[in-house]
This record gives sequence, C-alpha cells and structure tokens, in this order.
Amino acid sequence: MTVVFFFGIVAVFFYGSILWTGYMSLTRSTLMPNYNFVGFDQYIKLFTNHRWLVSCLNMVIFGVLYIVGTLAFGTLLAVFADRRIRAESLFRTIFLYPLAVSLIVTGLSWRWVLDPVNGLQGLVRGMGWENFTFDWLTDPNRAIYTLVIAGIWHSAGLIMVIILAGLRGVDEDLWKAIRMEGIPLWRAYLQVIFPGMRPVVASCVVLLMSDVIRGYDLVIAMTKGGPGIATEMPAKFAVDYYFARVNLGLASAASIAMLVLSLLLLAPYFYSEFRRRT
Amino acid sequence: MTQSLPGERSVFGPRAARLGLYAFLFASAAFFLLPLLLVISNSLKPMEEIRQGNLLALPVKPTFDAWLTAWKSACTGLECGGVRPGLWNSIKITVPAVVISTLAGALNGYALAQWKWRHANLIMLLVMVGLFIPYQAMLYPTVKILSSLSLFRTYGGIILVHVVYGLPYTTLLFRNFYVGVPEEISRAARMEGASFLRTFRSVILPLSTNILVVVAILQFTGIWNDYLLGLIFAGNDNLPMTVQLTNIVNNARGSASPNVNMAAAVITAIPTLIVYFLSGRYFVRGIAAGAVKG
Repeated sequence: MTVVFFFGIVAVFFYGSILWTGYMSLTRSTLMPNYNFVGFDQYIKLFTNHRWLVSCLNMVIFGVLYIVGTLAFGTLLAVFADRRIRAESLFRTIFLYPLAVSLIVTGLSWRWVLDPVNGLQGLVRGMGWENFTFDWLTDPNRAIYTLVIAGIWHSAGLIMVIILAGLRGVDEDLWKAIRMEGIPLWRAYLQVIFPGMRPVVASCVVLLMSDVIRGYDLVIAMTKGGPGIATEMPAKFAVDYYFARVNLGLASAASIAMLVLSLLLLAPYFYSEFRRRT
Repeated sequence: MTQSLPGERSVFGPRAARLGLYAFLFASAAFFLLPLLLVISNSLKPMEEIRQGNLLALPVKPTFDAWLTAWKSACTGLECGGVRPGLWNSIKITVPAVVISTLAGALNGYALAQWKWRHANLIMLLVMVGLFIPYQAMLYPTVKILSSLSLFRTYGGIILVHVVYGLPYTTLLFRNFYVGVPEEISRAARMEGASFLRTFRSVILPLSTNILVVVAILQFTGIWNDYLLGLIFAGNDNLPMTVQLTNIVNNARGSASPNVNMAAAVITAIPTLIVYFLSGRYFVRGIAAGAVKG
C-alpha cells in the first residue's frame, strides 16, 4: 500500500509537472505565471526566435558528430580490447575514468587545454611553429567542435564497456564458423558480429541521444554558449529563459519542444523494446 | 598465444597487426589521460612557472600553494572561502540523497518486479519514459511545488529533488535485478506471515548487496557531479562543489590564477575518482546494467 502511494506521488510529480509546463507554454506567462490562454503563440515566437533556431541547429550538429564519433571510437576501443590484449583492465580503467568526472570539470579541463593563448596553440607556437593555429574554442564557426571533442572524451569509455559486454556475449561457435569460412576479421565484425548486436547498439544510441538533448553542463563549463551564440543549446536556452530572462511562457514552450523531440526520437526504441518483451 | 585468438587474420600478418593495435591503444590512453594530467601538473606549479606558459612542462618546483588557495581562500563571489564549504555541502547533500534514493528504488523495484500489477507494462513505460524526460520540462513546477512547501532553496529541498529525479533510474535498475530473483523466496516468507515490508527488509535486502553497491555508486557519481539542480534548488548556503568551482573560475571580480582554478577542479573531481578507482568492477557492472535497460 505504501508503495502504491509512493508511486502515485512520483507519477503525479513527474507527469503533473509536465502537464503544468505544457499548460504554461500555452499562456502569456512572463515574470509570473499568467493563466491567460493564448494558444500556440509562444511556439510561434519560439520558432521565429533566432537564438532558439541557432540552438537547435547547434544541437543537431553537436548531436550527430558526438553520437557518431563516440560510437565509432567506443566500438573501436571495445573491438581492440577484445583482442586479448595485455593489461586489459589497466586500459579499461584509463578509458573509462572520464565518466566519473563531472561534465563541469570535463568542460573546464578542455577549455584550458584548448585555450588559444595558454593551451595547445600557444604551446606549439612556443616550440617554434609561429603560424600554428588551433583556435577552435574562440572561433564562432568551430567552437562547437571543441564541445564534440570533450563530449567524446567523456563518453567513449561508456560505449566501450557496453559494446565490450555485447562482444563477450557473442557465441564461441559463431567465431569458429567465421574462422572456418575464412572471412577476414573486419568483414566478420561489420557483417556478422555488429548486426547481431543491434539491440546493444540501439541502447547506446538512446543513451547518447538523451545526453545531447539534456546537454547543459558541458556548454556552461566550456563556452557558456559563446563566442556570441555560436554554441547555444536548447537546454541552456530553456534554463536561461526560466531564470535569467524570466519569460516563463517561452521557456516552457522550449522545454516542451525538447520533450516532444526526445519522445519522438525514443518512440521507435520503446516500441521495439515492448514488442520484443510481449 | 596468437593462435587462440578468435578469427585472428590480417593482411599484414599477426605481428604488424598487433603492433598497430597497441599503437592505437596507447594513443587512445594518451588522449584520455592528457587533460587530467595537464590540469594536475599545472595545479602544482607556482605562478612564475605558469606565466612561462608551457602547459606541457612538468612543474620544476612543485608546490601545493595553489591547492591551499583553492581549498580555503579562492573567491567564489563576494565570499573567499575556497571550495572547502562546497565540499562539505556536497557531502551533506550527496550522502542522504544516495541512501534514500537507493533504498526507495530498491523498494519500488521489488514491488514492480514481484507483484502482479494490473497495468505492469504501462507502469514500466511511465518509469522508462521518466528516465528520458528533459529536466527543463519539470523545473518550474518543481520550483513552485517546493516553494509551496517552503522547501525551495533549502537543504531539505535539494535532497528531495535529487531523490525524486533519481527514482526512475534506481527503480529500473532494481526492478531488472529483482526480476531474476525467484518468486518462491518472497512467497515462502509471506507464508510464514511476514508483511511486505518485513519480507523486503529481512529476506530481499540481504540478497541484494551487490546491486545495492552498484546503484549507490552510480547515484553517488551522478549526484556529486550534478550542477543544474544544485544551482537552482540548493540555495546559497548549500551550493555544491560543482557550482562553487564554476563560481571560482568565472568570478566576476577577476578570476583567480590558472593554477588555483585547476587545483579547484582537481579537488572537485577527487571524490568521484576515488570511488571509481576503488570500485572499478562494480562501476563497470553498474553502467553495463544501467545501459541495457528493460
């Protein structure tokens, strides 16, 4: 009974909050909630807001590069770690530790490493290559890529561990058959092993996608959305409009847009999960 | 040894392939270690060495001065108490939040796994979707709810937020574990006349030490590393370390020197790194379990 009660509270909290936010997104609320219904006005304002559109575009660029990059790098690490290497656990410890480091510290560390004056660029110039340029962090067109680097650094180990667990689950007989057929190793992975691990890869993608949509801390620590608005993200847009710019209606609309996007992206995954189980 | 490798075959022959493999692994290890090592090494330099600007140079005269400043006198705004109060706040927030959210998740997970619920699938769906809801869609109502309970920006409030926001995750992890525990065990206990809570406490919990450790570690890492919730809900007296750290680095009154900033970052990262290195196996098992959801 207590448990049911407990569930009820949490469910009301979560889904009630969402309904509330959804309702606010349809009102004229600014500094204070205002329950005058204005239909989809806030959404029209949102999708004609330059900063929001830039944020969305940034999220797509960051998201695609981050997901593809992390998956590729993590998978390579897993495949190599699965080749019965020496000191496997040492390597695994090194590849995975960034996951224990907060995104705030991750972002700050990379900001210092990539800083044009005191970081890598300054270092290489000091060594004699006066023209060496690596100023992505302060280049509005490239700053987003520095977030990708830091993001991959943080998450590649996670993907490695998950894929490695999947690889360890591959049947020994399958490997025997592959050897008997004389299939080259790279083709064996691409055409036999990975296709058999589709659910594992799917859950990796889902995990990384939710990182992307929620992505806030890394941006705050590394670029604060800059230079200019070059690395703004939807999550930051919503928080800024809730608390710094106090425009509740617009912030709520942005939040609901993020939620809808997550649900749309997740729907295929949930659908297949539930079909598999029932 | 190479003969026993599954599927080992390469155009370059095994030796060249092995060499390439290790080259890749070492390069990757360097990539992962670089930022941490640079930050640690520079945090140990005195200011003169920092000014020379060579990031890669090892400290010539290593000193903990920057660490001491970061620890107790760097300015986070108007106050100049370093990250020390932040450390204490983070501990104060993290420990109870981890304990409560883990135990509550265990109870929920057990109930979900072992009872015949009428809409079990729907409940599971709600819990799983809960995992992926962007916080932004719940932030403002949470502020309002906490304000109406006079808990907004209080110590109790931030713990409550961490517990509630963490519940879908802990519930799911435990539920996946308890699905594998034979139902006969709890049925037997109930036949003896034990209540639900009693069965849970004296029969189920003792079976769950491994998963309890795993979930507690994941929650510890997550809550310690949280920034957004702490910033919004903790209130000025309870700001966690991550927030204090960014305040030191971005201090409007002219930020502290780089070595102090870096020392503050390292100090902030130390607790979760210790947990990670001490609990390696559990940590790995935890994220593997958490990843393969459902």
